[in-house]
Amino acid sequence: MSSRDLVLGRLRAALAAGDPAPVEVPRDYRSEGTLDLDRLVERLTDYRAHVHRVPEAAVADTIADILPAGATIVVPPGLPPAWLPSTVTALVDEGLDNGRIGAADGVVTGAAVAVAETGTVVLDGSPDQGRRVLSLLPDRHVCVLRADQVVATVPQALARLSPHRPLTWISGPSATSDIELNRVEGVHGPRNLHIILLL
Amino acid sequence: MTQTFLGMPATAPPGVGHLRGEEPFPVAARRALADSQLRRNVGHATTTIRAKSGAVIGELPDWEHLRAAGSAIKADVLARLPELLEQLEAKVTQAGGVVHWAADANEANRIVTDLVSATGSDRVIKVKSMATQEIGLNEALADAGIEPVETDLAELIVQLGDDRPSHILVPAIHRNRAEIREIFLRAMPGVDPALTDEPAALAAVARRYLRQTFLSTKVAVSGANFAVAETGTLAVVESEGNGRMCLTLPETLITVMGIEKVVPTWRDLEVFLQLLPRASTGERMNPYTSMWTGVTPGDGPQAFHLVLLDNGRSAVLADEVGRQALHCIRCSACLNVCPVYERTGGHAYGSVYPGPIGAVLSPQLTGVADNASLPYASSLCGACYDACPVKINIPELLVHLRDQVPHPRGESVAMAAAAYTMDRPRLYEAAQRAARLSRLAGRRGRGLPPPLNGWTASRDLPDPPAQTFRDWWAER
Repeated sequence: MSSRDLVLGRLRAALAAGDPAPVEVPRDYRSEGTLDLDRLVERLTDYRAHVHRVPEAAVADTIADILPAGATIVVPPGLPPAWLPSTVTALVDEGLDNGRIGAADGVVTGAAVAVAETGTVVLDGSPDQGRRVLSLLPDRHVCVLRADQVVATVPQALARLSPHRPLTWISGPSATSDIELNRVEGVHGPRNLHIILLL
Repeated sequence: MTQTFLGMPATAPPGVGHLRGEEPFPVAARRALADSQLRRNVGHATTTIRAKSGAVIGELPDWEHLRAAGSAIKADVLARLPELLEQLEAKVTQAGGVVHWAADANEANRIVTDLVSATGSDRVIKVKSMATQEIGLNEALADAGIEPVETDLAELIVQLGDDRPSHILVPAIHRNRAEIREIFLRAMPGVDPALTDEPAALAAVARRYLRQTFLSTKVAVSGANFAVAETGTLAVVESEGNGRMCLTLPETLITVMGIEKVVPTWRDLEVFLQLLPRASTGERMNPYTSMWTGVTPGDGPQAFHLVLLDNGRSAVLADEVGRQALHCIRCSACLNVCPVYERTGGHAYGSVYPGPIGAVLSPQLTGVADNASLPYASSLCGACYDACPVKINIPELLVHLRDQVPHPRGESVAMAAAAYTMDRPRLYEAAQRAARLSRLAGRRGRGLPPPLNGWTASRDLPDPPAQTFRDWWAER
């Protein structure tokens, strides 16, 4: 007998004694909420992300302010070129090795969805967000977010996302609570998270 | 010879993993209580997290509705567990993953060790995972010449300190910053002795120490917080980014998952992603959550193995009352509110699952006889039930399990005698008179004479009243 059959057999035997009744899941929790961009900003800031609210035309200037002149950044292949300032060198990821990604001063990505209530942005690997490793190794992550990508609640975010894409939910910079349960920003992921929210 | 009936629910085998303590809870607890530094560290941590968690739970007007939904989803999962696992297996396979079934810890360890050996790697990076702690995977890998590197900061502190985890969420909760600095200076090569005990400085040291290991290791082992049957999606929630490193950088990813972690639908995640971080770390959302479905060409590990672990869970499922312990999402809220845990810390429970949930889960996974003292490691105050985001009625389970613990013969004889007496009014009256006489025998607090002193060792014997209700009534 295979272990698969053994385990499934055990589980069926365990349930056979008192066949449990079908369970109805009550879904009377809030599915939707009122969208409030100020709340998103407040929640992002609360978890030590830096938020910049600018019109799309000002994205490049904003990034130029965030990254020191002469910085090298990595970007996914589908990032709008107009977002990039001329003060930095941008390496487009067409198979960059991890060493070069890790040595970069920063990364600029788009986003798939953001959740106002929890201060979360979600990346789904679309061309303007790229491979997961891109937003992981550099110490500074700049994420450009359109207002129409923001939803109020977690259920609304899940409804917009595809489970068939690799998803990374990001709520503030890398942090740990492992030392005396104090939240400390900055362990393995990017220690600086900048969100540029387009007006 | 004992015959094993194939297909019958089975408990976790002894001799492997970390579900059984070396000594009964009261013995271990007594030693822990004498450690004032431990009590200060644990007390400080649990107080901090209770306040944080309470504040963010208070922000949600529908918290109770989410709890009810979470509990119902888990009940539904258990009722349909075999079919959901088959569905999960099909979906993961369809997405390019390979699914393995492990009847117990030994088999899971063997599967993982063989998979790592097949890659030729002699080192794995690990994301904090209760399931792999439970089965003693690190020991099994080490025996096979494979070095397991724990990458969660607290697990690293535990591993470098040659210590044991004491909390589900914060395994090094029993260590304060000064102790952590000492451990890093002692065990990490090349650490500057000028290192301070500032948490940020300690975290930065861990970041430097592990970065090269992340980049050069070809295999990672993780647990899973959730697995979605309808899509084959796995989810890991974490804080530091070590999880993202392990789930993204290596060529091969091996995920070991207790079979109760499956949820039916994608939508079900909307409940648990709200419940878990708020109940666990007291955050609106944990810094990072990774979700992946099989293999994504060009992004992340190109080989993905999912190991589905029974190791006693089928035996828990077989108990109609006890099975609700399988609702647990490992948030550790019950630890943080427990007056017993707060004073003893996690090691006293012996198992990797400490606190109230450990007191009901460990004995069921191993069989009650192997963890007979744990159902008593509670005052039955009920705070754990109130705190549980999936509404596990832990006090009910504790009482249920106490009933299954083998009781000393003397106790059942005494209880039978008491029941007989209470059934017979005249006899009861006579017993009350006799009890009153005992007032003459000595001061309160001395307890009963042997062999009944075991009963009063941890209980106050009530003072018999000078006049019973019956006497008072008779005089009127």
